[in-house]
Amino acid sequence: MRKILITTAFIFSLFAAPVMAQDSSLLSMLNDSLSSHPTSDVVSGTFKATQIINTPTVEAPAKKTLQFLIMHRFGELSDGAYELFGLDNAEIRFGLDYGISDHLSIGVGRSSLDKTYDANFKLKLLRQTTGKIPVSVSLYELLSYTTAPRTSDKPFLTPRFRTAYTSQLLIARKFSSKLSLQLSPSLIHFNMVPTAKDKNDVFAMGIGGRMKVTKRMSINAEYNYLPGDQVVSSKVYKSLSFGMDIETGGHVFQLIFTNSRGMIGPYYLAKTTGTWADGNIYFGFNISRAFNFKRKE
Amino acid sequence: MKTLTWVFLLTIFSGSVYSQTFITRNGYIGFFSKTPLEDIKAENRQVYAVIDVGKKNLAFTCLVKGFLFQKQLMQEHFNENYIESDKYPKADFLGAYTGDVTTNKDGTYPVQIKGKLTLHGVTQNIDVPATIEVKGGKLIGTSNFKLTPGDFNITIPALVREKIEKQIDVRVLVECNPK
Repeated sequence: MRKILITTAFIFSLFAAPVMAQDSSLLSMLNDSLSSHPTSDVVSGTFKATQIINTPTVEAPAKKTLQFLIMHRFGELSDGAYELFGLDNAEIRFGLDYGISDHLSIGVGRSSLDKTYDANFKLKLLRQTTGKIPVSVSLYELLSYTTAPRTSDKPFLTPRFRTAYTSQLLIARKFSSKLSLQLSPSLIHFNMVPTAKDKNDVFAMGIGGRMKVTKRMSINAEYNYLPGDQVVSSKVYKSLSFGMDIETGGHVFQLIFTNSRGMIGPYYLAKTTGTWADGNIYFGFNISRAFNFKRKE
Repeated sequence: MKTLTWVFLLTIFSGSVYSQTFITRNGYIGFFSKTPLEDIKAENRQVYAVIDVGKKNLAFTCLVKGFLFQKQLMQEHFNENYIESDKYPKADFLGAYTGDVTTNKDGTYPVQIKGKLTLHGVTQNIDVPATIEVKGGKLIGTSNFKLTPGDFNITIPALVREKIEKQIDVRVLVECNPK
């Protein structure tokens, strides 16, 4: 009898370890350890594209990435059926942007409006980091040069007078995976303005953002407030634009409605002559394609 | 009767006496996809792992944001569109292995690992082969297996389907020290 008992007990002892269930305390121990070693993450994907609609975003092409960007605006919706609601006319800007490092990108562009060339750079000054830095900040500088032919009333249009500078400080925060907002104080310096009453230095304040509706789509809006008494010789309005981002792999496709015809700083910030109220609305799109030049390992 | 008592005591304590845990905070998990159009490689070197040799249990956990890609855009898409790391920040595994591992002697032991893998908020049972190597008092666990993104509710849009393999190669390497 005793022998049987011992044997039974022995068999039990053999099985004691294996019959134990999977020990979830192991996982909770790991998770405790994980949360006691917090990592600070740089927030990525504040915006999908390098521009909200016209205003540049804090995002720039990554190191060794070349971005080809086509910005396109049809004519005014108010042109009516004869002009097929603006589709007969279009303004376009081609741009190439290249990431020199993860913090600096340079670009060139050419707009059909006034046959304007531009050169620009975007410098990432701060990157939103969880628990450390609340916002991402980038500096965007754009030099634009208008090559539209001299007109008889402006025979003095030398290269110097054809140049304008736009500086924008882009301050953005990704509030959640869906919502990102950006403030963009902007300063434009025109080497030449139409009349003496117009200011050479024009300040504008941009606000914009995006709200994701699906993982790969978002609704965007931007408004650029231009305080009065700066541009007086022509009637200008504040730029208000709405758009939708659609992202497919290396492309971002943006569909746009805006009252600004131009797509670079001096134009949409200080030369927006259309107004939503009168139907001066331009339909358009931005398409970007990223090419990667990183060597494979 | 004395013997019986001893045997009983042994039964009760067998778990704890035999229990020996090995742990790491910088394990490695990598995943790979190779198609003619695109090679994808992502690596996470901050994987937490624990192996309990006594109970033959093991657990892994990591932050999915810790997966680093060669292309920044890919990493962004991985976090934003596929794995949704803001919503599901962690991936973890809890399971047990079959096969004997003797910790007091160097050697390599093939084992079979069964357990629950949680990824993208979805838990799936997996059953994969692995090896546990005992070397100088450390345990080195390795495993290579394949996972299907669809099993974890990760949908791949038609437009990029040709660029991502149907099954993703996963490699695990953990070097655990005694706790």
